Amino acid sequence: MYPARFDYAAPQSIEEAVELLGRANGEAKVLAGGQSLVPMMKLRFASPEMLIDINNIPGLAYHSADPDGTYRIGALCRHVDLEKDENLASQQPTMAAAAPLIADPIVRTRGTLVGSLCHSDPQGDWASVMSALGGSIVAQGPNGRRSISCIDFVTGPFQNVLEFDELAVEAVVPAPVGTRAGGYLKLERRVGDFATVGVAVSIEFSGTQVTRAGIGLTGVGASTICAGEAATMLVGQDLNADNIDRVAVLAAEISQPRSDHRGSEAYKRHMVATFVTRILSKLLPTTQKVA
Amino acid sequence: MTIDEVKIGGLGARRSRVEDNRFIRGMGNYVDDITLPGMLHMEILRSPLAHARIKSIDTSAAMAIPGVQLVLTGELLASRNLAWMPTLSYDTQAVLATDKVRFQGQEVACVVADDPYIAKDACEAIVVDYEALPVIVNPTQAMADGAPIIRDDKENQHDNVVFDWEVGDKDGTDRAFAAADVVSELELHYPRSHPSPIETCGSIADFDRATSKLTVYMTTQAPHIIRAAVAMVAELPEHMIRIVSPDLGGGFGNKVPIYPGYVVSILASILLERPVKWIEDKTGNLISTGFGRDIYLRGQMALRNDGKILAVRMHTDSDHGAFFSDAQPSKFKIGLMHSAFACYDIPVAHLTARGVYTNKAPGGVAYRCSFRITEAMFFQERMVQVAADDLGIDQAEIRRLNFVQDDDFPHRTPFGFLTDSGQYAKCLDIGLEAIGYEDFLKQKEEARKNGRLLGIGISTMTEPLGAGNSREYDILGIKMFDSAELRVHMTGKAILRTGAKTQGQGHETTWAQIVAHELGIPADDVVVEEGDTDTAPFGMGTYASRSTPVAGAAVSMVSRKIRAKARKIAAHLLEVSEEDIEWELGRFYLRSSPESGVTIQECATAAYSNVPDGMEPGLENNAYYDPPNLTWPFGCYITTVEVDPLTGVWDVLNVVAVDDCGVRINPMIVEGQIMGGLAEAYAIANMQLITFDSEGNCVGSNYMDYLLPTAWETPGFELHEVVTPCPHHPIGAKGVGECATVGGPAAFVNAVLDALKGTGVRNIDMPLLPDRVYEALTEGHDVSGAPPTRTG
Repeated sequence: MYPARFDYAAPQSIEEAVELLGRANGEAKVLAGGQSLVPMMKLRFASPEMLIDINNIPGLAYHSADPDGTYRIGALCRHVDLEKDENLASQQPTMAAAAPLIADPIVRTRGTLVGSLCHSDPQGDWASVMSALGGSIVAQGPNGRRSISCIDFVTGPFQNVLEFDELAVEAVVPAPVGTRAGGYLKLERRVGDFATVGVAVSIEFSGTQVTRAGIGLTGVGASTICAGEAATMLVGQDLNADNIDRVAVLAAEISQPRSDHRGSEAYKRHMVATFVTRILSKLLPTTQKVA
Repeated sequence: MTIDEVKIGGLGARRSRVEDNRFIRGMGNYVDDITLPGMLHMEILRSPLAHARIKSIDTSAAMAIPGVQLVLTGELLASRNLAWMPTLSYDTQAVLATDKVRFQGQEVACVVADDPYIAKDACEAIVVDYEALPVIVNPTQAMADGAPIIRDDKENQHDNVVFDWEVGDKDGTDRAFAAADVVSELELHYPRSHPSPIETCGSIADFDRATSKLTVYMTTQAPHIIRAAVAMVAELPEHMIRIVSPDLGGGFGNKVPIYPGYVVSILASILLERPVKWIEDKTGNLISTGFGRDIYLRGQMALRNDGKILAVRMHTDSDHGAFFSDAQPSKFKIGLMHSAFACYDIPVAHLTARGVYTNKAPGGVAYRCSFRITEAMFFQERMVQVAADDLGIDQAEIRRLNFVQDDDFPHRTPFGFLTDSGQYAKCLDIGLEAIGYEDFLKQKEEARKNGRLLGIGISTMTEPLGAGNSREYDILGIKMFDSAELRVHMTGKAILRTGAKTQGQGHETTWAQIVAHELGIPADDVVVEEGDTDTAPFGMGTYASRSTPVAGAAVSMVSRKIRAKARKIAAHLLEVSEEDIEWELGRFYLRSSPESGVTIQECATAAYSNVPDGMEPGLENNAYYDPPNLTWPFGCYITTVEVDPLTGVWDVLNVVAVDDCGVRINPMIVEGQIMGGLAEAYAIANMQLITFDSEGNCVGSNYMDYLLPTAWETPGFELHEVVTPCPHHPIGAKGVGECATVGGPAAFVNAVLDALKGTGVRNIDMPLLPDRVYEALTEGHDVSGAPPTRTG
């Protein structure tokens, strides 16, 4: 690969990275896993003046739950770390369903969840998952940290609200209200293909009643689509075939797919509904037996 | 006493590939691994537009970048009469565009610099002023009234037609159709696909000013053809050109044509008197080098009510891109398309073919297809299934009913080929048994009742491999024979060279096995070299499954020449006359006293130390082999699938392949070829799409859009074999490299359409993406992958 000329820095701390970002004045890109950034530099779609490699910063590779159930994923937690975590399925079922579907096994060994969120590709799977889970991103800048809801984080294709001198240091999933269940389904032509359609669903329930629900859609709009409107229909209800149907139809309506070589607009909408139905129908017995 | 042939790595030995020893340890020697002293690097600036007039090119900013040595444009090439070059199909192709660009990705300028980064930067600094022209991306547009003429550079080219061609018996076919009970029809598009070898194309040109000799390290499957072409294009004497094709990272036909990058790197080296390396990037490879397929086929089949095929009509509209650069036998304009229907006993057929220019990258033959046979057999097997469905006849039965019978060889095909051998029904029966045909049909019925859609697809075909015989097959007038040269050293070890060029086929392993079979010299004692035109004997190279049929035969023949001389030496050593000795593998012995004999190794020693009076010393020879006919392997591919009615996604349940490629030299290598071919067949049927928008932008210019299958989704394959030796090949072998790629796709497509049976859907164009299958299923109509075209 022959990218354009760039400078390279490998800070040892978050503070140092933030300082470098500030000095570069918007001309730097952060290198974590590099699985999207490096190919873009190869094709010269991206030509940053500086790469700030955060891989030498200690203490960012974690993913763990706080005592209250809040789940934190550090900026250097690789996809494969999540995929191989046997406890993830019980704590974070939607994430566990998505982890093995991220790109291909080679990408998963290097790429990071936080990096994927920052890349803000409408085809990114994690953004939908985090949006369904009501997650947020913690960014650190020269004046300290702030938390940004994933739903507000992305502003368009490959665009987000991070300031040029801010580093995304972790992603956070709030503690569930009751029991958490969920799933992720993705239509791809081949392992590692971008999603034709991806659907993330998360529900939380107490007894048999849904207490919180979220749906995120991948690849069916100019950016990740939060179909929260559809999901909230379920809150306060028992899950059943009827409301599953209605949620699926509404999610399909909320999606904004375009016809392309991966499929027609109508087909993609149909797939959104089909996947919502499939995920929720599979969860139906779980919610029923809790009581 | 008798040598065990398998133990010495002879015919039938599952010998590990000797070349893998270096490949899997990262020790191969590819063009890009070669670094010469003082070497410069070249990068190509490609056109962003598909059809545009070049108003001006400003290279001043590029020239000003430190480290830039030379910027070449079409204008500079034109001053040396090098702006255009001949193609392998008697057309011309722009080396660097002068008047206008004719496809997106066309070569516009080249930068030679101290390193590839600088070269790339400098390419970005070249300013080209284009005036966009209307774009043509398919045959319908190419043939429309008032369509812009793409090749206005050619005198007497007043439309976009490359050729009109026909073969067969039109009147006889018309008569047969008039007498038919039923006529079935089919129209389809075989989409553009790309060979996608792991290694892209590249070259290092090294013009030595001291000797005036030009050495070019080049990714080519056919180094000798390239040498001849370079001699013609660059007007250099052929003996002062040395083409070296080192290890190749795959070819699949991509590395047969002559590319502008090769030519410009040669000119740059001559101008700068320094070595110049050009290595194409992946995007450049995907958008500009020789593609495969992109052809519209339609036809009719005339049948009797009982399923007997009476005649076939076919028409093809092929999209050749901006330049007709197909690498194919010059006598046949649409490759060997007319080998279609060769495994069936059909009295008469007629084929018309039209080729057109479009604003797309040139090519049209490459990708493991043996000169358009892939498209021919795909159409054949889809047509047979449609006919079976029209008649309500079982798809296995209609094939069995029409197969050429085992005792009916040699058999003249409806288009005039002569097939030589086969056991078609036996292959089919083995395949049906292996897949559990009858059981599956029952399962399918049961599943239907539960709303599940199962399907089974069959594809059977024989194809002509191993061009050619020199009467009928040539490229640029060079006859398609091949050669081998064998030198046996005095200790009985040997070096073999051929005019073929391995690119993953395992010639270094297989050829040594043929020598072992013919001479009894252990295969491990034979080193095989190919690809250097200064040392290898002349040959046409490796493509179209021709190496074993042609070069492999030459290896047998040269070994036999060596054996004949060794026999004379043996008689001398045993002090008897030649008539008194017999040959067994690796040894001559006295007929009257079998325990007295000499080994081939002893004969080799004597050839350099103790030859009979009057005999030239040494034990080496060469052979040129001009095959009497093509070889005709047979393949039967059967797949079962399940279609998800709610998504259109289809999963492969089982794949069975029964291949009869005659005698197998190394069964493991043959099986590898078949598995690779099936993986490619699956990919073509399932996912691969390289298409163009209305502006001629290539959609599929990277490996995120153009998909290569991985081990994760590729199904498993169950392989079976039948051996019907080729009657004219010295060891009974037939070509096999392309069989599964040729025959495989129809098995997958037929299976999916079988699952949709009853919906009225006759065809879905490849790739059978989920949305296409879902549309067909829910709306009950055919799904075309491209706009329909009618020119004939």
